[in-house]
Amino acid sequence: MQRSGSAIRQGEEILSVTGLRSQFGPSVIHDNLDFHVRTGEVMGVVGGSGTGKSVLLRTIVGLNKPRAGRIVVFGQDVASLSAAETRALQSRWGVLFQDGALFSSLTVAQNIEVPMKEHSDLPPDLRKELVEVKVAMVGLPPDAAHKFPAELSGGMRKRAGLARALALDADILFLDEPTAGLDPIGAANFDSLIGDLQRALGLTVVMVTHDLDSLYAICDRVSVLVDKRVKVGTIDELMREPDAWIQEYFGGPRGRAAAGSARRAAEGAGQPAPPPLPPQGT
Amino acid sequence: MSAAEDVDAAGGAASTFELLREGDGLRLRFVGAWTTRELARHDAALRRLDLEGARQVAVDLGACSAIDSAGAWVLDRTLEDIRQRGAAVTLVDCSPAIETLLGTIARKHCELPPAPRPENPLIAVAIRVGRETVRIGREGRDLVSFLGLTVVVLLGSLLRPWRIRAVPLIAHMEQTGLNALPIVGLISFLVGVVLAYQGADQLARFGAQIFTVNLVAVGVLREMGILLTAIIVAGRSGSAFTAQIGTMKVNEEVDAMRTLGLDPMEVLVMPRVIALVLVLPLLTFYADVMGLLGGAVMATVVLDISFFQFARQLSDAVTPWTFWVGIIKAPLFAFIIGMVGCYEGLQVSRSAESVGRQTTRAVVEAIFLVIVLDALLSIFFSVIGI
Repeated sequence: MQRSGSAIRQGEEILSVTGLRSQFGPSVIHDNLDFHVRTGEVMGVVGGSGTGKSVLLRTIVGLNKPRAGRIVVFGQDVASLSAAETRALQSRWGVLFQDGALFSSLTVAQNIEVPMKEHSDLPPDLRKELVEVKVAMVGLPPDAAHKFPAELSGGMRKRAGLARALALDADILFLDEPTAGLDPIGAANFDSLIGDLQRALGLTVVMVTHDLDSLYAICDRVSVLVDKRVKVGTIDELMREPDAWIQEYFGGPRGRAAAGSARRAAEGAGQPAPPPLPPQGT
Repeated sequence: MSAAEDVDAAGGAASTFELLREGDGLRLRFVGAWTTRELARHDAALRRLDLEGARQVAVDLGACSAIDSAGAWVLDRTLEDIRQRGAAVTLVDCSPAIETLLGTIARKHCELPPAPRPENPLIAVAIRVGRETVRIGREGRDLVSFLGLTVVVLLGSLLRPWRIRAVPLIAHMEQTGLNALPIVGLISFLVGVVLAYQGADQLARFGAQIFTVNLVAVGVLREMGILLTAIIVAGRSGSAFTAQIGTMKVNEEVDAMRTLGLDPMEVLVMPRVIALVLVLPLLTFYADVMGLLGGAVMATVVLDISFFQFARQLSDAVTPWTFWVGIIKAPLFAFIIGMVGCYEGLQVSRSAESVGRQTTRAVVEAIFLVIVLDALLSIFFSVIGI
């Protein structure tokens, strides 16, 4: 894909977590957890409530300190980086929090400009043009750009948050429950938006979600958090896992409904049935 | 150039572009990774591209190793710019990936409407003054009606005391009273010390050091004890009331209460106001004691007035009314602080930001009202002669 610069190649590991242990007080959230993401894939992260999906994501982006383990992003061990290197790293990933986490005192356009001002020396008029590009990219109407987050609907806040996460053309995008709280139509639109952007920009996406439809629609592989570890595979592979929670999750009424609608959508489009294969190396 | 030099810190190949003369046309050649962090170096040059009057420009993307959406935008803008100037553009060696990116990202761009212009500063000031005046007027009116509501509900509660919620009442008494003891005690003690020290300094000039005791006693008992306690409590507990009730508003807990048939006035406001009305006189008494103690300690140290002498002078200096004038004010101030705190809490809208704003407002208004009332009461007491 077009993003494949000299350091990043399709199919290589862009993110790898090994031996991770997260603990809050006496309660252990992750124990000796391994988690690997390949460049250019969409990785879904699912698990029951309280299994530490969000904690995993927050730990990777450095908001929680792990008790043990190694986190390697873009081939660099996060723990060993200097402050300047960490800043450089932060400009290469984008994070979308659950409700967008827009800065409430800034307009949408100013929100999108924050990472550009902070991490690059782009001239002001180019920044303005790039804000326009991002606003159009995530499908926000132009007049939303000068509104404050409080004046936007939940779906628009998420789109604006996504635009901010993409402000510097991040290589890897972390999404925390991107479709939670959206109506089904909004959620489906958001899914296809993420899918389109991922294909156009060659992004790597790590997405924590509860939404089975999202998993079927855009995820190449899925990680399930069970017993403080992750089990990784395509949905078909995971369905063969004997684990009770996984069986219940994918085989339950909602899982079957999502699988059915995904299959119908694929047949309608004349494509092979999902889940799609992991991307091939180029 | 070696391969190592070709790679920048971020891992992408460093980018350049060159403009080559080629027959009667030009060749614009993009090299390397055209990504966001590279663009700052080239943007100005690309905007001022000198076409030397060429009618044909071939844009060569063969050596372009990577491109992102920002790069695609700049590329597209440049192509558009060249076309605008009347030259024909042909893309050479454009990989399908770059072509899709140009199509999907850059073409979607549409100009934003201009940001709303900030008002002329002078007009903005006038607008703000007007708006704030109206707001303060409304707030005053609403506070008065809330005062009425609180009094009605309070009287209702006093008529049916079994409806007063005992557990929250006690809890609030503990939080606003017991937990405030250290800070109220310390500050009152220090104010007693300061009063005694300053008084001794001035009165020594007349050889009337002993009247330092009068100064401390009247100052602390009539004014300082109650006023400082009220201000501390407004800062500590008034703000806490606003923040607590405000957070409940944000979480829609107050609405949930209403749907369950619970009256927030009875459940939230009454225990807080009553707790404060009961506790502030006690705190004031404690502050009086600590203030006098501070004065006495200072008198012993600086003026050689023993505790015994201090006590004798004290009984000459004050009447019971001196003490009562201070204590009488306490329930009034407590009522104001509690009421304003709860009122501002209930004014919180559904955003977390407004919790902070209302909390600030609660403290400022409570302290303002307490001091205004204190001044009025001073005049009143001097008119009736106590």
